[in-house]
Amino acid sequence: MNGRVVMNQHGERNAFQVRLAVAALFIFVMFGILVGRFVWLQVLQHDRYLTLAEQNRISLVPISPSRGIIRDRNGVVLAHNFSAYTLEITPSKVGDLEDTIARLKGIIDITPKDRRRFKKLQDETKDFETLPIRTKLTDEEVARFAAQSYRFPGVEIKARLFRQYPLGESASHLIGYIGRINDRDLKKLDESGRLANYRGTDHIGKLGLEQSYEEQLHGVTGFEQVEIDSGGRAVRTLKRIPPQSGKDLTLSVDIKLQQMVEQQFAGRRGSLVAIDPRNGGILALISQPGFDPNLFVDGIDPQSWSELNESPDKPLLNRAIRGEYPPGSTFKPFMAMAALELNTPIVNQVITDPGYFVYGGHRFNDSKKGGYGSMTFDRSIALSSDTYFYQMAVQMGIDNIAKSMAELDFGKSTGSDLPGERPGILPSPEWKKKRFKKAAQQKWYSGETVSIGIGQGYNAYTPMQMAHATATLANRGVMFKPHAVQTITDPITGKVTVVEPTPVKTMSWKPANMERVIRGMEGVMTIGTAAGVFRNAPYVSAGKTGTAQVYSLKGSKYNANAIKEHLRDHSWFIAFAPSDKPTIALAVIVENGGFGAQAAAPIARKVLDYYLTGKLPVDPAATSAKNASAASSAAQASETEESMPEQTEDVPRD
Amino acid sequence: MIKVIWDRIKRPVDPWLLLFIILLFTVSTVVLYSASNRDYERVMDKVTFMGVSMFGMWCIANIQPRILMHLALPAYIVGVVLLLAVEFFGITSHGATRWLNIGITRIQPSELMRLALPLMLAWYFHHYESTLNWRHFVVAGLIILVPFALILKQPDLGTGLLIASSGFYVLFFAGLSWRFLGVMAGGIAIFAYIVTHWDLCINVLHEYQCRRIATMLDPMEDPLGAGYHIIQGTIAIGSGGWFGKGWLAGTQTHLDFIPERTTDFIFAVYGEEFGLVGNCILLVLYLLVIFRGLMISNSANTLFGRLLAGAIAMNFFTYALVNMGMVSGMLPVVGVPLPLISYGGTSMVSILATFGLLMSIQRDRSLMKG
Repeated sequence: MNGRVVMNQHGERNAFQVRLAVAALFIFVMFGILVGRFVWLQVLQHDRYLTLAEQNRISLVPISPSRGIIRDRNGVVLAHNFSAYTLEITPSKVGDLEDTIARLKGIIDITPKDRRRFKKLQDETKDFETLPIRTKLTDEEVARFAAQSYRFPGVEIKARLFRQYPLGESASHLIGYIGRINDRDLKKLDESGRLANYRGTDHIGKLGLEQSYEEQLHGVTGFEQVEIDSGGRAVRTLKRIPPQSGKDLTLSVDIKLQQMVEQQFAGRRGSLVAIDPRNGGILALISQPGFDPNLFVDGIDPQSWSELNESPDKPLLNRAIRGEYPPGSTFKPFMAMAALELNTPIVNQVITDPGYFVYGGHRFNDSKKGGYGSMTFDRSIALSSDTYFYQMAVQMGIDNIAKSMAELDFGKSTGSDLPGERPGILPSPEWKKKRFKKAAQQKWYSGETVSIGIGQGYNAYTPMQMAHATATLANRGVMFKPHAVQTITDPITGKVTVVEPTPVKTMSWKPANMERVIRGMEGVMTIGTAAGVFRNAPYVSAGKTGTAQVYSLKGSKYNANAIKEHLRDHSWFIAFAPSDKPTIALAVIVENGGFGAQAAAPIARKVLDYYLTGKLPVDPAATSAKNASAASSAAQASETEESMPEQTEDVPRD
Repeated sequence: MIKVIWDRIKRPVDPWLLLFIILLFTVSTVVLYSASNRDYERVMDKVTFMGVSMFGMWCIANIQPRILMHLALPAYIVGVVLLLAVEFFGITSHGATRWLNIGITRIQPSELMRLALPLMLAWYFHHYESTLNWRHFVVAGLIILVPFALILKQPDLGTGLLIASSGFYVLFFAGLSWRFLGVMAGGIAIFAYIVTHWDLCINVLHEYQCRRIATMLDPMEDPLGAGYHIIQGTIAIGSGGWFGKGWLAGTQTHLDFIPERTTDFIFAVYGEEFGLVGNCILLVLYLLVIFRGLMISNSANTLFGRLLAGAIAMNFFTYALVNMGMVSGMLPVVGVPLPLISYGGTSMVSILATFGLLMSIQRDRSLMKG
């Protein structure tokens, strides 16, 4: 019995040991699986998890570069940066935005203007972006907010670099401005592969040189490799790739000249482009009225925007490169040049100018009633004889005119470094076919060629195009691309890159022909339409007055009081000096300024005086009074001589 | 005199088990120092707790197994009553009612069951040692089922399964029929199939449990929620590579990516800093503890001792396996600490208490021999 129990116990013992063995096997199998899992994770998938771990913990924080500074040729700062504090709100992080702003008002002065601007920014951007509600906080305001900041989750103070245009409105159209990056900018940056460089930047050049030299001005964004914890907070910096500051621009523009001219416009609308014909450097580029580019930097408030946008004076329009005007008689020197080159018969003829020209049954009037009687090529330029140029145009034919003028970049962009240049209109039968839809309108009437000859009809060019063509003639046919930027400087290395003026082309003009046209233009200044304005000039200059009809009154919204002023002709003037070795060429237009000699030429005189003799008009008020009298005497002197095509009813209008 | 005292102290202690425990404690201290971001106080807390637990272990080791047998039934009954009390007066936290407020502190009665259930079953089988038949296994099954059902209702499937498994090990060593084991294995396979298929799972388990399983199968489904633990755990372990990033150099750990990194997820810290080699060393240490337990079981002179020691060893193994499986993304996330490594008092006390039982069983055998 006892033995059985013992036997039984032995049997149980054996059975138990089998169970223990099974358990041990089970343990090995399970731990084996675990080891397999570790090998999978730590050996086979190690690289993947290592990458994931790095991504987990390393975050790249962009450091935006400081934007390049823009200076004029003498080093006067036109655009620079300063550091200031802004109060910024991230709408998505703020529960009740209205309430937050209301409470913020208790600490920091937020004007209705700030509020409107914020609203506009909010409409334009996504909610998770941080938007400034107040800029340029004082130290006291910063301290006040800092003490209360715990009450405002989603609101923070940031130190930022701000763009500032110290001269305000001066040269605003030339310099342009920067503004917040919008969806369109993002798309463009993305397409050009530059988007990554804009991480951490929220401004971009929107207009003018700020836009066209964006790549140079912006610089290269730096990065800080920051170790972050699971909450995304930076723990320490692992690596820092410093940003590369944007390059500084030095312009060929002389801001003293620029500002002097701006004063001359004093409330009038118009434009002046002055170019150094020897290299295409822009010396001054005026479009009046201007605007304060500082308004745009932090986002413009809707009220200021509508004031600018709806003003009948169109301050936002860059007239220098986007204002298209019929050139009037300033077109004549180029017509004359082309006629000489084409050896058009009239250039060697003496014609009789009866005060009108009859062509195809139509009578085209001359500005001088009764005409000049006998008229030669050389006198026709100085005195601006319409009859002579009517005949010249007919003899040349529209195709020859269009071809010759296209050579001078009429009807296309001059390729300057300013963005958004408009091409103007160089009329031709082909242009007309493209321009109009109806077959009847597409036909070119030979009568239309007549008015093209005196710069009217469909002709429309920008002041930039006029200045460019003038510079090309002044430089004896060697054409440079107009450019406002002279040198690009790396602020770190100090390396200066000169924007090399390379001649675009050399016109195939015969030197003798050029000199003949230029002599004609010198005549304008001595015996012709601008003789009064340029009396006693200490240099020999060449020029041409012009008067452009106001042709775009149809559909005008101008009010009854303004309409009379707006009906007046535009006053044009082109000039260069010294005429044998020109260092400056320019085109001026004063909108509704009347005859060329009346408003535009006096401005040109001051520009040439300043540029060639270093003399600034002493007292703007006194000089403008003197100019007015000079202009009026000049106008009186040349009243009958100036072309007034307005009165020639047969001239086709737009 | 001193020798007498020393003998008295060392008499109940199993030197091998003690050595392995001390080695594991060393690992634990080293890892905790890193996991707690060099929190010296926390490490000292843990060391203090180790001392206290080891004293508790020593005390239990001094109790004769036959006295333990007398404690089995009362412990079990108290455990069940407390679980019932949880049902009626329990504290609810995170949607689960698992705790009882006993004035000074909150206790989790399921922790007591970890000890009480195998003790109860071992006593039960020992009691019917020579007359064991299938009916006893049915009764044993019921003894397991009662606390399991109560814990399941809390709901705490993880703990319920772990406690049920500790009971099951007793049944296994007591001679549960192979056929039944086969059926059970089949049942588990079917169950595993069901729970890994969402539409089927939802009929059987709570939705959160099904989501947990679904998340485990594809952590990217919920990368910031339930999947976060798994993703970060596997990233930490995976990025450790062969030799790890080195002590105190685990980036995932020190940059706060590992949740609960001093407690349930401490293995992620270990795996990141010590790599595959470190993991294998840890597995070896665990195997040593487990096999020492199985050896004690094998040499125990009573059925009670054999069953209890076997169950304790297997239970220890299960906790280690489940925790490491969970942190490395192989098993669903259940609140199980890594035995003897994780920071946390309750778990360490209860584990060392079971080791006290092991030592007591071991000592009982040597006394008999002597």
